[in-house]
Amino acid sequence: MKGLLETVIRGLGNGSVYALLALGFVIIYKATRVISFAQPALMLAGGVAVSHLAEVTGFYAAVPLAGLLVAGVALGVERAAIRPMVGRPAFVVAIITLGVDVVVRVVVNAFIGRDVRQVGDPWGFARVELGPLVVQQRWLAMLAVTAALVAVLFAFFRHTRHGLAMRAAAHDQEAALAQGISVGAVFALSWAIAGFLAAVAGAFAGTGQGIEQSSWVIALKALPAIIVGGLDSLGGAVAGGLVVGVVESLFQSYQGEYAPWLGQNFAVVSPYVVMLVVLLVRPYGLFGTREVERV
Amino acid sequence: MTDPRSWTIPNVPDIPTGRFRRVRGRPLLRTSYAQDMALLDTPAERLGTAVLVALALALPVVLADRSLEVLSGAYALAIGAIGLNIVTGYAGQVSLGHAFFVAVGAYTAAALSAPPGGRTLGFGLAEIWIWLPAAGLAAAAAGVLVAPLATRLRGLYLAVVTLGLVFLGEHVFKEWKALTGGPGVGREAAVPRLLGYPLDRDGPLGTREQVLYLLMLALLVLFAVAARNLARSRVGRAFAAIRDRDIAAAVIGVPLTRYKVLAFGVSSFYAGCAGGLLSTVSGYVEPGSFSLLMSVQFIAMVLIGGVATVSGSIAGALFICLLQPLTRTLPALVPLVSADTTRTPNVFQVETVLYGLLIVLFLVFEPRGLAGLWIRVRAYWKSWPFSY
Repeated sequence: MKGLLETVIRGLGNGSVYALLALGFVIIYKATRVISFAQPALMLAGGVAVSHLAEVTGFYAAVPLAGLLVAGVALGVERAAIRPMVGRPAFVVAIITLGVDVVVRVVVNAFIGRDVRQVGDPWGFARVELGPLVVQQRWLAMLAVTAALVAVLFAFFRHTRHGLAMRAAAHDQEAALAQGISVGAVFALSWAIAGFLAAVAGAFAGTGQGIEQSSWVIALKALPAIIVGGLDSLGGAVAGGLVVGVVESLFQSYQGEYAPWLGQNFAVVSPYVVMLVVLLVRPYGLFGTREVERV
Repeated sequence: MTDPRSWTIPNVPDIPTGRFRRVRGRPLLRTSYAQDMALLDTPAERLGTAVLVALALALPVVLADRSLEVLSGAYALAIGAIGLNIVTGYAGQVSLGHAFFVAVGAYTAAALSAPPGGRTLGFGLAEIWIWLPAAGLAAAAAGVLVAPLATRLRGLYLAVVTLGLVFLGEHVFKEWKALTGGPGVGREAAVPRLLGYPLDRDGPLGTREQVLYLLMLALLVLFAVAARNLARSRVGRAFAAIRDRDIAAAVIGVPLTRYKVLAFGVSSFYAGCAGGLLSTVSGYVEPGSFSLLMSVQFIAMVLIGGVATVSGSIAGALFICLLQPLTRTLPALVPLVSADTTRTPNVFQVETVLYGLLIVLFLVFEPRGLAGLWIRVRAYWKSWPFSY
């Protein structure tokens, strides 16, 4: 029981990183109806930026700075590669983001080098006692930061003018335009927010084990998360991210004992299995809205 | 005044239904539907294709073995690209899982053709006419198994699910060491043998590379003609209807599930054959090579070549494959670019950036790809010296 709870807390910690990334995916999807495959590159950029900035400013100041930096990069990408494609099929734009991802990742890799870069976080692998449980501090830090960010985001969407504009544009772009909302600004803002979230996720994905060239695959696990939660549901993204994190953590701890025939490292691909199972039952995810099709 | 119900449809003999006589000096005037649907419908197209095939046949005499090997690989990849174009270009079902089907084909071929009792699984059936169709069929079976998921989903949901397929497949192939030899170790690839005659050694027909090149060329022509025929048939028109609007297609009587399953099956058949042939060229299969990157490369070939064109898929595959040797010569020309992988910028980074940039640039400026560029050039010279 104690082991199980510790496993779940580790899963929630990792899951909150996936949740941040998934939120970025969903925010871009709601605004532009496109899945941005550039998120992995932005996450990697965030992690690397933190690892360089932390040497100067320390970890706590480096995370928001890196977030702003990556948000700037995301703004540039949106303006240069995505905005000219307004009105084109979603698949075409998604493939463009795939191309952007490849390019940005090569550039970022040049800043990583061959070795693992530490992000300079204050936790490392240090543990803390929670009553009878012994868990790593960084899981708790990730959970707390994610909870705070999610609360701020939801308040932003609920209570500010820009949040209202984003919700309106997500609901119906033409109607929003007719009401005087700049849909272009909504696109830019959604990419900037997604970039910021990806950078924070990158920083926390790098706590403890550090950031290396292959770290970008972590961000791909947010894809099962958004599919599980439903592509257009912010709450679903958070829930999906946490579910994926916990499932992965459970497989890590128990699959070797109970199902060794699944092979080593099955935990790494377990999110995709969860995704397939959920999709077989609910093709629009757990919280996604069923599309109404008109011809 | 006759009773309108007694009107009969007049028997008009001059509405042609079959192949019809061409009008001299009017190569673009079509007088029958069959003419409009013909494989090579103008004399210029017939001549151009003949010249291209003749050129391709002449290459083994002219080029060095090393270049022939690159081209053989490109032809094998072109078969896979045609397959992806069938499901993504013609039928409009976005698949990022093509690498998985290629892997299924490569391992089926390798296992069937390897001698039994070796380090990895083998059945000793080295005849190419056994393992090549078997590789295709195994991949097609995998495609048909995935298709039920695909018929429930559409658009980007489908893209993400097929992406998951690549990761699951990679895991299975890395763990199934009896079949694949395990990551980093790999296994020997399928051996091509035609009626007892080994095609992968130097022989009376020429060197290994020359023989393999001719084999790949023959198979590519075969697969390309088959794909063109599929595209201009009833099935091809059903695919196009599904691509343009699947609900509208269902309304006019296209059975969606049957045709989506068929599209995945045929596409995976091509991918499987491409996998078997591809490994034959390199002589070696490693489970890590069938990754998301390979799927992205296939997508790049289809997009750069031209969506829903067979000739475009071939052009795209050749373009992507020739990009590699071209970037390898960069260090000699541009002093900034290094051939050393530990330095930046090195050729591998330049190559990867080029893939990404080319995808973006083509989609932004010429969404019809290389095929679209060709159409532009042709249209320009057709109406030359007028610009309209």
